[in-house]
Amino acid sequence: MRDVGALGVAVLAVGASFGAIAIAAGLPVWAVVAMSVFVFAGGSQFMAVGLVTVGNPFAAVFAGLLLNARHLPFGLAIADAIGHGWWRRLVGSHLLVDESVAFAMALPAGPGRQRAYWSTGVTLFIAWQIGTVLGILLGGSVGDTDALGLDAAFPAGMIALLLPSLRDRDTRQVALSGALVAVLATPLLPAGLPVLLALSGLLLAWRR
Amino acid sequence: MLIAVIVALAVGTYGFRLAGVVLRDRLDLPEPVHRLLPMAAAALLAALAGTAALTESGAFAGVARPAGVAVGALLAWLKAPFVVVVLAAATTAALLRLLGIP
Repeated sequence: MRDVGALGVAVLAVGASFGAIAIAAGLPVWAVVAMSVFVFAGGSQFMAVGLVTVGNPFAAVFAGLLLNARHLPFGLAIADAIGHGWWRRLVGSHLLVDESVAFAMALPAGPGRQRAYWSTGVTLFIAWQIGTVLGILLGGSVGDTDALGLDAAFPAGMIALLLPSLRDRDTRQVALSGALVAVLATPLLPAGLPVLLALSGLLLAWRR
Repeated sequence: MLIAVIVALAVGTYGFRLAGVVLRDRLDLPEPVHRLLPMAAAALLAALAGTAALTESGAFAGVARPAGVAVGALLAWLKAPFVVVVLAAATTAALLRLLGIP
């Protein structure tokens, strides 16, 4: 829970920078809030603001959805962490973000994994909304989150959560080769596709 | 126009999220595929961490960020608490930038 709290603070800061950037780009307050509540996927929100401002709404939708397509395989993998029953599914699906998946996957299947998924999802959702509103209110006085090193904090946290899964040899091979493919493909392909290409690492496990 | 963008993005993103969760039960996946699903998630998370650590808008991310992530990863490997990992990564990157290293 303390771990989730640390990530919550970081998400709040990034949310604030999203709110500030979106307002500075000329988006109305309702649109900025609506994006954070209903899209709730940071990368695609930043991307959409950038593309809408330069007058390319179709690209904003396509690029954003390409970036978020990874949520489908994530959902397949962690459906058990969300639990059963329609309400849990409908609400829990909206809380599916990289970090809630990572926290859930770091634990063995069972009630502990469910608690990890829900507490991470709810905490980060609330932090993202509070951050967005703070960014709207504070505007330009929100500092650059890169100066705080937050851009290094997220991948480091992700790696810490992944390590337990990487103890399994097959998973390690699949994950590391997938990550390599994604990094090499990043300069060549639009954002979102390289990460999806990491699934090609599964070919290593498929043979067995 | 703006509202159409937000609705399309929100509906599409939620669609991806819900589709995965619902399909898991609806599709009668064979056992080998079940075994692959956690590996698929691990591959995607590793790819997110790798690309976020090393690249920025399709180009190399500079020195400060990868160095910060490397410090965090090393601490994680040494079984340091999660909070320490995250803080050390951020502090390393922030200090390097303070020293003028991008």
